[in-house]
Amino acid sequence: MTLSNRSSSSRSRRDTRLVAAVATAALGSSAIFVLIVGFLLKESWPALSTIGPARFLFDPAWRPTEGLFGLAPMLSASLAASVGAVILATPLGVASAIFCRHYAPPPIGWIHRWSMALLSGVPSVVIGLWGLTAIVPLIGRFEPPGASLLAGILILTVMITPTIALMSGAALDSLPDAYGRGAVALGLSREATLAHVLLPAARGGVAAGILLAAARALGETMAIVMVSGNVVQAPLSLFDPVRMLTANIALEMAYATGSHRASLFVSGLMLTALVIALAAAAWRLSGDHCHG
Amino acid sequence: MIAYIADTDATAGSGRAAYTLGPLAAGPTCCEPRPQISVENLTLAYDGRAALKEVSLDIFRGCVTALIGPSGCGKTSFLSSLNRLSDLIPGCEVEGRILFDGQNIHDQLTNVRALRRRVGMIFQRPNPFPLSIRRNLEMPLKEHGVQRRADLDAAVWRSLVDVGLWEEVRDRLDAPALALSGGQQQRLCIARAIALQPDVLLMDEPCSALDPVSSTIVEDLIASLRGGYTIVIATHNLAQARRVANYAGFFWVKDRAGVLIEFDHCQRIFDSPRHELTAAYVSGRRG
Repeated sequence: MTLSNRSSSSRSRRDTRLVAAVATAALGSSAIFVLIVGFLLKESWPALSTIGPARFLFDPAWRPTEGLFGLAPMLSASLAASVGAVILATPLGVASAIFCRHYAPPPIGWIHRWSMALLSGVPSVVIGLWGLTAIVPLIGRFEPPGASLLAGILILTVMITPTIALMSGAALDSLPDAYGRGAVALGLSREATLAHVLLPAARGGVAAGILLAAARALGETMAIVMVSGNVVQAPLSLFDPVRMLTANIALEMAYATGSHRASLFVSGLMLTALVIALAAAAWRLSGDHCHG
Repeated sequence: MIAYIADTDATAGSGRAAYTLGPLAAGPTCCEPRPQISVENLTLAYDGRAALKEVSLDIFRGCVTALIGPSGCGKTSFLSSLNRLSDLIPGCEVEGRILFDGQNIHDQLTNVRALRRRVGMIFQRPNPFPLSIRRNLEMPLKEHGVQRRADLDAAVWRSLVDVGLWEEVRDRLDAPALALSGGQQQRLCIARAIALQPDVLLMDEPCSALDPVSSTIVEDLIASLRGGYTIVIATHNLAQARRVANYAGFFWVKDRAGVLIEFDHCQRIFDSPRHELTAAYVSGRRG
């Protein structure tokens, strides 16, 4: 009796300590996020209050030293590159998830899945190097200079396809067997089962993967700096060299001061808001696969 | 042949089981006395381990045939071999013959999708797709070539009326099927199967995941489908088997493989079984 009491009380003390450790870690990581957003707000506040949010969108150019703070060309370049990459990567990623689960012989599917996981971990600067030496000259052969929105889109596609493939694959894996068996028992073909039962059932997870991939594309910096040309202009053609918001921060932060520096924080704040919105939408969708 | 009793010693060895003929006249009026499905010496193994050994029986057109027996005696394996759903399980091997309207379903020429359209299946857990009620019914029809809107609407209406669901869902055909109650979902699954106008319905414990009220409704539905469809139902529920079935087959586990012990008119299986294992099982002494 005494013994069991002691052991259960020591267990409950261990439990309490574990709960405290887990809670501290959890609170710590969310506090870091809050701190980052607070820091962005604090640093961009001088620009937001003196220049005003509207001028960041409507000023005709980005010449911060001359009092022109138009971020619109870079915002549109960021959006165009991300949207373009999502358009290319979605069919690739979803097809790859379907291929390795439903069509590939098991060893090939396994290899394919692993290579997707590895690709998602390749440092972006390495992908940028490859883009700089392979993609940019290739585009340059048809439409000089080569460093362009298109190069940015292609590089981002390589980087976000694994995200979509892995998330879609996880969504397909989480479906109950009953859907597939039920569909086969009704005499549906494999294509019909996929198109009309499995993919619609997994669409929440697939959509979440697409949004997270879009968030990753928006936030990508290094590879984009290397391949997209870095000229501040609104993209009118796929072959125009452009500069994304992220690239702008990376390129100018080193020497920016005063309201120039503060307006770079404004672009950081803008990106963070976009990414949070995408992540929130992804989170809602992924918790929502049961309704249809 | 209608009645069948395993000669327990014979099934243990290699010899073919002994058969005895039962009286045809005793068959229920809804049944045609000719088999729709003839199973001959069916042996089914998973990765070389037999789950079902040398099962032979006839399933009669328009009748309800109940498969009874303890868990793990191969009832589900038997059902899923009838529409070749067993093909989906890696390492599953089937020996013996299954004749559906005289054609061997394992023939190279058999169109498996067409077979599965004619032999529908209802699972233990209701498995409507996460689509609307209407899409659940229409999508398989479209895949089997029904394209005209009027035909689709008529099929949706007809199948929902047949399962008694029409009045309950007529105003919300476009609502998600997963919002229905468990019993309604199971009836929707039955409607989805019969919308394809199958000849045979295989039901694997169709009521066991439902509450008692829904279970009664589904059971009444099965009874009302008798005559129109050939039904094979696997069930743990002996009272249910007795209420709905015309024929019953009793499965038992021998040497870790399912075997058919006795097959006969349902009444006879329950009231005057010829094999002592059957008698012990239906009286509740074993199982």
